[in-house]
Amino acid sequence: MSEFIYLYRATESDRKANMGTPELAQKSMQAWLGWMRDLEQKGHIKNPGQPLEVTGAVVRGSQKVVTDGPFVEAKDLVLGYTVIQARDLKEAAELAKGCPILAGPSGTVEIRPVLQGAM
Amino acid sequence: MQLDEHLFRREAGRMVAALTRLFGVQNLALAEDVVQDAFCRALEVWKMRGVPENPSAWLMATAKHRALDVVRRERTSRTFAPELGRLLETEWTLAPAVEEAFATETIRDEQLRMMFSCCHPRLPEEAQLALILNVLGGFGAAEIADMLLRGRAAIEKRIARGKKVLAGGKRLFDLGDAEFAARLETVQRALYLLFSEGYHGASAEAPVRAELCEEAIRLAAMLRAHPPSATPATHALAALMCLHAARLPARLDAAGDLSAFEDQDRARWDRARVAEGLALLEQSAAGTTVSAYHVEAAIAAAHAAAPRVGATDWREIVSLYDRLLAIAPSPVVALNRAIAVGERDGPAAGIAALDGIADRDRLARYPFYPAARGELELRRGERTAAHAAFADALALARNGAERRFLEKRLRACTL
Repeated sequence: MSEFIYLYRATESDRKANMGTPELAQKSMQAWLGWMRDLEQKGHIKNPGQPLEVTGAVVRGSQKVVTDGPFVEAKDLVLGYTVIQARDLKEAAELAKGCPILAGPSGTVEIRPVLQGAM
Repeated sequence: MQLDEHLFRREAGRMVAALTRLFGVQNLALAEDVVQDAFCRALEVWKMRGVPENPSAWLMATAKHRALDVVRRERTSRTFAPELGRLLETEWTLAPAVEEAFATETIRDEQLRMMFSCCHPRLPEEAQLALILNVLGGFGAAEIADMLLRGRAAIEKRIARGKKVLAGGKRLFDLGDAEFAARLETVQRALYLLFSEGYHGASAEAPVRAELCEEAIRLAAMLRAHPPSATPATHALAALMCLHAARLPARLDAAGDLSAFEDQDRARWDRARVAEGLALLEQSAAGTTVSAYHVEAAIAAAHAAAPRVGATDWREIVSLYDRLLAIAPSPVVALNRAIAVGERDGPAAGIAALDGIADRDRLARYPFYPAARGELELRRGERTAAHAAFADALALARNGAERRFLEKRLRACTL
């Protein structure tokens, strides 16, 4: 088994469409519960991760400047992450297909293998 | 808005079920703390702002919020329900998992599992009853002690031991378990005992014991709501509870004392309950098994069918008791049969039947054994023998209500 990170992205309008009303939010939350429960039961979750607030702070460069941010294009904003165990990248991608973030047209799951350090 | 006095108790049972689903049965004490917090909050807020439109929903919402706080605070130091795995560790799934735990269907299932778990074969019957009353019924140790005629300390010990056994099981009884049918029998027996305690103990001095009957009926309804446990025996048990409970309003006379069966005003019987009991008896007739509950329910139905005690079909009742003795022999059943024989064939036959009870030494401390003899002797005009029998009975009286009733019968012998 190898480790992969899922990075979730979706635009604000997609988020509103999926979570805008209490009923929609309820449905969406249940979808996340269903998908994650399935992954957990099959032993694919290394770390369930967390959803993230959209802005916080950014520390930049050797000067270590701290600013508010990040302010990036909505479609590039990472909304959260999960650490997965899977046989290979192909399986990790297959498992990602069930992710509720994909309900909207802009929803994406970026899958990145964890880089294993060498000595 | 009038608050239903049972509200807090029943909601406690439901909240504990939901919280145990989240926290795991090993954290039952934590679940109970959260419930206590919710009640404290309710009392504070409702005192100021009045009782809300939907107090039940208010309590549930408060418990949900507390649960979220508790999980977030404790998740690094505790393990929660093993079935949830790490779904409580992440904000992706924490809130929906809490929502799901509090869903009506989930609570219904968890309460049923809790009932089955409380009837653990390693626990003595009394502990099973105390545990059911405490965890599912929301009764406190003092109330349970009153209901089961035990000391409070003894009940507290029973409950503590019961909770240890529950926690040791790691998870609640799985309704799909191979042991389901066997455990269901234990659950039915526990509910039957609960009902009996309530029915036979109900008096003006102990109104809470009539509440026991209601609680048993409510728990039996939970069994009926779940198809695998809604067996013919469960329906028969529910039928017999309804038919007996229907008679409760007539059991006490105007002074609040026990009245003799013959003197009870049948107009005070709860006819709606009788109808419900008869309908359940109908339902229980499906299939071929005849349990003791079936026969007891049929006996209760035979009584309910008689508009006056004089119109009772005693032949039918004696033959039903014959059947009951064949399935579930006991001296108390034989005693009740002897009384019915006395009605069918006259006092001499009744007394002969009393004398013929197998294992009658087990009735040595039971006041209604000599009392039955007293009634029959009185009926055939043997006042001296009747007096002696009632004196014996009075000596065995277990509470004020029984004492006053037997004193009255004693006086009737000296007229």
